[in-house]
Amino acid sequence: MSSARRIPVYRGHFGPEQAERLLWRAGFGPRPGEEKRLAKKGLRGAVHSLTHPPRDRLIGPKPVDDDGHPIAPIDAWGHDHLWWLDRMVRSNRPLVERMTLVWHDWFATSNAGVGSQRLMLQQNGLFRSHGLGSFSNLLLAVTRDPAMLLWLNGTDNEKDAPNENYGREMMELFTLGASRGYSERDVREQARALTGWRNDWNDDKGPVNFRFDRQRHDTGAKKIFGKRGHFDWQDSCRLAVHHPKHASFFVAKLWSYFVPTDPPAATRHALERLYVGNHYAIGPVVEAILKHPLLYNGPRMVKPPAVYLAGMLRARRRGIDTEAWTWLSSQAGQQLFYPPNVAGWDDTRWLDTASFLARWNLAGRVLRPSVLKGEDKAPLNAEKLLDLALAYWGHPRLTPPTKRALKSFAHHAITDADRKWKKEQYPPLIENALRHLIAVSPDQQTS
Amino acid sequence: MAHHDCTEHSRSALLRKAVAQAGAGLPDIEAGMPLPAGTGLDRRSFIARSVGLAIAVYGATALTPRALDHGIAQALAAGPSDTVLVTVFLDGGIDSLSVLFPYGDPDYRRLRPKLALADSGLVFPEDTRLRWHPSAAGFHTLHAEGKLAVLPAVGYTNADQSHFTSRHYWEVGDTDPRLQTGWLGRYLDRVGKADNPLQGVSLDGELSPSLATAKKPVAALSGPGDYSFWAPGVYGQVEDRMLSAIGSLGSSRGHDKALAGAREVTFQSHRLRQQLAPFNGGFQPPVPYPKSNSGFPDQMAGLAAMLAAGLPLHCVAISANGGYDTHSDQAQDLSDNLDLASKTLLAFQRDLEARGLGNRVLTLVWSEFGRRAEENGSDGTDHGAAGIGLLMGSRVRGTMIGEFPGLRGGLDEDGNLKATVDYRTIYSSVLEQWLSTDAAAVIPHAKSFGRVPLLR
Repeated sequence: MSSARRIPVYRGHFGPEQAERLLWRAGFGPRPGEEKRLAKKGLRGAVHSLTHPPRDRLIGPKPVDDDGHPIAPIDAWGHDHLWWLDRMVRSNRPLVERMTLVWHDWFATSNAGVGSQRLMLQQNGLFRSHGLGSFSNLLLAVTRDPAMLLWLNGTDNEKDAPNENYGREMMELFTLGASRGYSERDVREQARALTGWRNDWNDDKGPVNFRFDRQRHDTGAKKIFGKRGHFDWQDSCRLAVHHPKHASFFVAKLWSYFVPTDPPAATRHALERLYVGNHYAIGPVVEAILKHPLLYNGPRMVKPPAVYLAGMLRARRRGIDTEAWTWLSSQAGQQLFYPPNVAGWDDTRWLDTASFLARWNLAGRVLRPSVLKGEDKAPLNAEKLLDLALAYWGHPRLTPPTKRALKSFAHHAITDADRKWKKEQYPPLIENALRHLIAVSPDQQTS
Repeated sequence: MAHHDCTEHSRSALLRKAVAQAGAGLPDIEAGMPLPAGTGLDRRSFIARSVGLAIAVYGATALTPRALDHGIAQALAAGPSDTVLVTVFLDGGIDSLSVLFPYGDPDYRRLRPKLALADSGLVFPEDTRLRWHPSAAGFHTLHAEGKLAVLPAVGYTNADQSHFTSRHYWEVGDTDPRLQTGWLGRYLDRVGKADNPLQGVSLDGELSPSLATAKKPVAALSGPGDYSFWAPGVYGQVEDRMLSAIGSLGSSRGHDKALAGAREVTFQSHRLRQQLAPFNGGFQPPVPYPKSNSGFPDQMAGLAAMLAAGLPLHCVAISANGGYDTHSDQAQDLSDNLDLASKTLLAFQRDLEARGLGNRVLTLVWSEFGRRAEENGSDGTDHGAAGIGLLMGSRVRGTMIGEFPGLRGGLDEDGNLKATVDYRTIYSSVLEQWLSTDAAAVIPHAKSFGRVPLLR
């Protein structure tokens, strides 16, 4: 593909450090040793293994609630979050799960408005199966998705009383960007084209039987983006995807999930050509971004709370065994299935003094089952204690200032041990503290 | 319920939070949308010991918290001489045609076959076509006492129907998407103190863009809550060492933006933990406020208490309870939210009167737009143009400003209410008559907008 050739590819050393970053950006961080195994494949092999994953398999203990019972993702409050977090932790297809999270953010639908975990999980399955496929098909599937139809008033939109909600946001947030190549007239005409969806209500199950009803559809002629026709919902999606402003919107937005700085103009244009040339296929664009030098040479990104937590659990090979993850994640600013609004989560403001405390508490909860007691044995030596704490987390790479701060802490805490009982009891406490401080360190909040 | 909101509206709420983030831009998907005023202003949290409040300060980066605290103390000692302007935002675009509905307009029931309200008996003597919504009885009372001026169709020509853009226009006092200072921010830049952040206060916990300044400090207030760090298996001397190590982890910076940002937040968290002394915010208002899960009544009661305590507040911005973006199921949502908002505002006025502060405070109630005259098919209404504004206070000249244009001749080509008074006419009049400043120095093209008498 000629356009693909013009997209820069990372040529530097691809070792465990680079593989570790790739696993954080394209997944949920490494399991112990995973970055070393991935590095051996080289950049192309590593990216290919993520974009062409094996058959779906979940590795490790099955998710349970605080009483050890299986979780009930459709029925129990908060278990939807646990269900997906479990997939993030145990899936052998990290990029597929990560893309599912990308689409959940892109087409952000909140159960606060939908009111059905069943429909939210159904939508989640859609994001998973289309995650690396065709954006056209994804948009069509989302447009008729029951959760989305409820969320953006799609089933309220009928020919005699159009509701503009979905039509406006579909262009503004999903395909074109605000005020990019459409008018208020287009909003109204899109709303007309999208009329016709309805559903029934079942006292047990809630909203059911979502379907297109020709009687409710406005079959009249519409004029959208200057084109005239008897457009329906499929035309509505097609017109938006074929709009000349769509490819630039798609590429810039997709890129922003993986690299924090804007793509250079040449890269951007080449990615747009790649996208359009492949008939709006998502996979090749993702693959090109994952090989781009800026992913490896460029600046760090703050880990979203779900990624941060799933990563800690993966590093510890710990399964889902408490419902606390739901409310703790909510405090950290990311309860899955409850994005703050249709624009999704704001990646520029994951961290503030409140969410820092929440991340501190997430880390503490991860640490709890393996916490050392005062009578447990640990060496009375700052360096050794730090090595042990790093091993606890699978040897993550730390920056020199963070290492210095941790060593200095351990050194001073050991100096405090001026009595025999302190010399015995302080080391395990210091070890617990080091594990916690590593987990909340600025290095581990970012990747 | 969130699904009653249109999503563009909830998105704009989110984006506004970005204002609080130093240096943060908006997501790429917002191309073409205006940045909220104040985006990127430096934010610092600290305890103003002189007044016992946890505050976040925006702007005036050259000043240390100590200097700001000193400035607050000095302003406090100087005594409360200033007038106070409070702006109350009804978020989402409230349906003006329900708040003060055109009961006597022949087109009302035609356009609102389901949503048309029955005669509430709450008459509006200045225009006998209009009635107050049954949940707006508080406004009816205030209007009858001559303490409420009503703007039945306030807005601007060529109204933008995006929540985000229209709200931005109101916040910056101009229809310029690029303007990055709020209309009150520019006023404070002109007359404000260099070291008193309480002169412009947002009660929403984050900077209100109308208060965004270029030079002078302004603040957001919020309670500190429980801000303690607990670590499993760590206690005593080791715990003390560990907690101070959080500060060390955040003490370096470096070139990487995300890493530097994470270190900064780590350090701020460390500082905040150290600073948060017990915070006693128990206000005992002299009049009853409505009971509600919403924070609005408590915030307004707290505001009256702060003014009574002589805190040096001058311009205050707050969002009222509820969301008013009623695309569906409008009748109940609007009724519930309006009921609490109007009762709270009446209680606030009564509170000020009881404390002898009535003459010092002017309250401006606004929303980013009104809603379409014709109801939609979801028992709701879509985005419109002109909407309702209110001015409340003991010194307000309680007569109508502008007029209700009627549903036959008063709608634009989109079927939305046309404005009969421009919001910048109101801003300019408030600046000149209440804040005694030259509106031309604050509102772009102020000369081209008329003035209306606001005070008695």
